Amino acid sequence: MVIFGTALLAACYLAGIFVGDAFGALIGVKANVGGVGIAMMLLIAAQHFLRERGLLNATSEKGVTFWAMMYIPVVVAMAATQNVLVAAKAGPVALLAAAGSVVLCACVISFINRIIHRAHGGQPWNPDATVEIG
Amino acid sequence: MLHMIEKAVAENQLVSAFAVVGIIVWLSNQASRYLTKGRVHGSAFAVLGGLALAYWGGVLTGKTKGLADLTMFSGLALMGGAMMRDFCIVATASEVHVNEAKKAGILGFVALFLGTIIPFIVGVAVARAFGYTDPVALTTIGAGAVTYIVGPVTGAAIGASSDVMALSIATGVVKAIMVMIFTPALAGFMRLNNPQSAMVFGGLAGTVSGVSAGLAATDRRLVPYGALVATFHTGLGCLMGPSVLYLAVKAISW
Repeated sequence: MVIFGTALLAACYLAGIFVGDAFGALIGVKANVGGVGIAMMLLIAAQHFLRERGLLNATSEKGVTFWAMMYIPVVVAMAATQNVLVAAKAGPVALLAAAGSVVLCACVISFINRIIHRAHGGQPWNPDATVEIG
Repeated sequence: MLHMIEKAVAENQLVSAFAVVGIIVWLSNQASRYLTKGRVHGSAFAVLGGLALAYWGGVLTGKTKGLADLTMFSGLALMGGAMMRDFCIVATASEVHVNEAKKAGILGFVALFLGTIIPFIVGVAVARAFGYTDPVALTTIGAGAVTYIVGPVTGAAIGASSDVMALSIATGVVKAIMVMIFTPALAGFMRLNNPQSAMVFGGLAGTVSGVSAGLAATDRRLVPYGALVATFHTGLGCLMGPSVLYLAVKAISW
């Protein structure tokens, strides 16, 4: 049943958010600390566990992949609900601080990734050769 | 007749949002195919189109939620809200290759720390250059340059004034939108073409909305790797902002 996959996803999501909130409260931060990341790792682990035991059939998996595919449309909706007006009207402080950090971070990313690239002998990534999911 | 269509659309917000986004994505794919011969990803057009519509919505209503402030399109706020966004991000984890993710483990941590400290220093330096001297204001604006959530959380914790908070949020929003727009253009320069580089990118660029939209517009397969790291970014920023970073600014301000 498709709903089993979606329910598994929902359970991992809720558990992750809960752990993130609890972790935040524990270290005295008024925010969710890594809840989504924890949920992602839970989902990876849960799918691995269930697949090994043959408890996750192709139909159930569709309940997860559908939402993964909905990701781009959701991001488009998110873009359409941003406060672009404020961003466009923001003063020079906001503009310079944002542009400065984006440019500097892009340079650092480029630097680190060039090192990785060299360390790996510059082989291109070929995901299709190692596809694990249906 | 027109009134009835309007009523049907406005009363079924979420379903209408699916239809509206479907139209935006279809038009974007056409633009990608015929205007750029597929060189610029359809998703990049879609995200840009979404932002343009958000600007238009803001101009029409003068409110803060972009196109969703128009009654006809209010469902976009639900579809593009934090709940659906995070739910779909978690779902993309089903495409993660665990071995690829493990390879970038330590680099991800390094990237996260750099991604918090570099924007913070830039933010503080710019605010200082524009005449802010109060350590609370400097820290809050610097934290805003990390993400638009870290800014207000930090500001609230150390007691910043509301105009400084607004400036801090604006800085974070501008940054997120810049990341969304410039990631596809800078992807070649940043060597953004494998899971490890996406994780480094996620840690350094920070803002989940910027990272996820930017990667989606570059190469959809990279999204889960970047998001996996970026999601810890806000937490780390909220942790460091009101504590270590505030104390550091206090120690060096004069």
